[in-house]
Amino acid sequence: MSDLKDLYQEVILDHNRNPRNCYIMDGASCTADGHNPLCGDIVKVYLRIENGTIEEISFQGQGCAICTASTSLMTESVRGRSVEEAQGLFDEFHQMLTGVAEEQGVALGKLQVFEGVREYPVRVKCATLAWHTLNAAMEEKKEDVTTE
Amino acid sequence: MSDSTTTSGGLDIEKIRADFPALHQDIHGHPLVYLDNAATTQKPWAVIDAVRSFYENDCSNVHRGVHALSQRATVAFESSRTAIKAFLGARDSREIIFTRSTTEAINLVAHSFVRPRLKPGDEVLITEMEHHSNIVPWQLLCDEKDAVLRVAPMGDDGKLILEQFEEMISERTRIVSVVHVSNALGTVNPVEEIIRLARDKGVPVLIDGAQAVPHMKVDVSALDCDFYAFSSHKAYGPTGIGALYGKRQHLLEMTPYQSGGDMILSVTFDRTTFNEPPHRFEAGTPNIEGAIGLAKALQYIETIGIDTVQAHERSLLAHATEAILEVPGVRLIGAPQHRAGALSFVMEGIHPHDIGTILDQEGVAVRAGHHCAQPIMQHYHLSATVRASFGLYNRVDEIDALIKGLHSVREVFG
Repeated sequence: MSDLKDLYQEVILDHNRNPRNCYIMDGASCTADGHNPLCGDIVKVYLRIENGTIEEISFQGQGCAICTASTSLMTESVRGRSVEEAQGLFDEFHQMLTGVAEEQGVALGKLQVFEGVREYPVRVKCATLAWHTLNAAMEEKKEDVTTE
Repeated sequence: MSDSTTTSGGLDIEKIRADFPALHQDIHGHPLVYLDNAATTQKPWAVIDAVRSFYENDCSNVHRGVHALSQRATVAFESSRTAIKAFLGARDSREIIFTRSTTEAINLVAHSFVRPRLKPGDEVLITEMEHHSNIVPWQLLCDEKDAVLRVAPMGDDGKLILEQFEEMISERTRIVSVVHVSNALGTVNPVEEIIRLARDKGVPVLIDGAQAVPHMKVDVSALDCDFYAFSSHKAYGPTGIGALYGKRQHLLEMTPYQSGGDMILSVTFDRTTFNEPPHRFEAGTPNIEGAIGLAKALQYIETIGIDTVQAHERSLLAHATEAILEVPGVRLIGAPQHRAGALSFVMEGIHPHDIGTILDQEGVAVRAGHHCAQPIMQHYHLSATVRASFGLYNRVDEIDALIKGLHSVREVFG
């Protein structure tokens, strides 16, 4: 059970139970849809970007605990940051999960709780779906994002 | 070990388990509990040895060879066809076509039997509980031919609503294609009744038997279906091979599926004469070792006795159904009276994918997802379920391990 506690940390369970910024945004400047066909996770990310800064971010969706918590924590992490900073954070987060992290360019802060996901390769997609979707929203891609 | 775990319904479980090498391993420090048999089954030594022996002793291409190895390979390959014929109760081994899978068998029927007969406005009738492999080929065909795909509904109990099914068989119906046992719910469909209703209206019937053949006696002659498809790997045989039973009279009329070598009698640049069934539908070098392994797998099941297997699995399912409902927050999906092989469930507030990961940490292999049957998930407004599926080598105490794992899930999620 100790291994599982590394994956399902209290912060993750809390954000799964009570996801933050989980609402439909009126007047979003961009949105994107993400889909993980493997487990049916779906997420929609809403952004209000002003002068290159993410002023507001929210999401709707359904997914496993890892997916829901990752999306919730992502919204907290990128709000108030510039688009470039958010992309840098995604790179850092992705590197942490795929095990190629060396020196940290950007402090991951709370996002560090997902480090345990690295030990569960099939679950990495659950943690990164939200970020791929955020990226698509920032780049205003029209087609849906999938993790496949 | 108690008697209830060593024998069940006249089946010597420990002796059987000794035949399956992959069952004897630890996963994350726990003995493997393999409950993902509806996805694929483990293979007994008899199958592994037969495949190995083919490569060690008889490896050669089949048909037309004059040398000894080729003759041995051909005899082994064609004997497998005869073994499948006998297992399914077909009358003629020329009614058995080797395919890659159930999926390919369905595609073959769609392409070679239904496609030439389908006119704009004609109908194909399936049910709501089909696997994607018995939906998508028909969708593509209906799109191409401007035909209509009709779907007979099921109730919330996961049972086909037979009255509605009957009403949906129309003068325009060109094929009824129905799953024998639902891979996602475990529902056993009343195929005898379904076939009778369709036959009364002169409509041919294809049965998707992927989840039925490993669990119950299937007799295509008694059923009087037109086509019956199944896969080897869900019945303890190798992956990459399956078979289609088709009535001889249909096969003789049908156009080729794929084209190339082995399916021809003569080729000139002006004209090709096609080979007789079944070879007409088997272009290219076949999966020889797969066919040999499949015959061994069927022989293995026959040695135990399919009725013995069914009785054993019924008692496992009955125990599992009862025990699982005692776990707080667990809800079974569907409640058909006749269930085989699998049961699907969800846990309040916990996603199936998380359940699958936590069970895996305790060595319990189940499947979490939509099980390639998304319309079933849509029926229940779910994105996924957890599916535990059983095979002839599963023991009662493995269900206990599943239940213990589900309590761990509750513990993690508080």
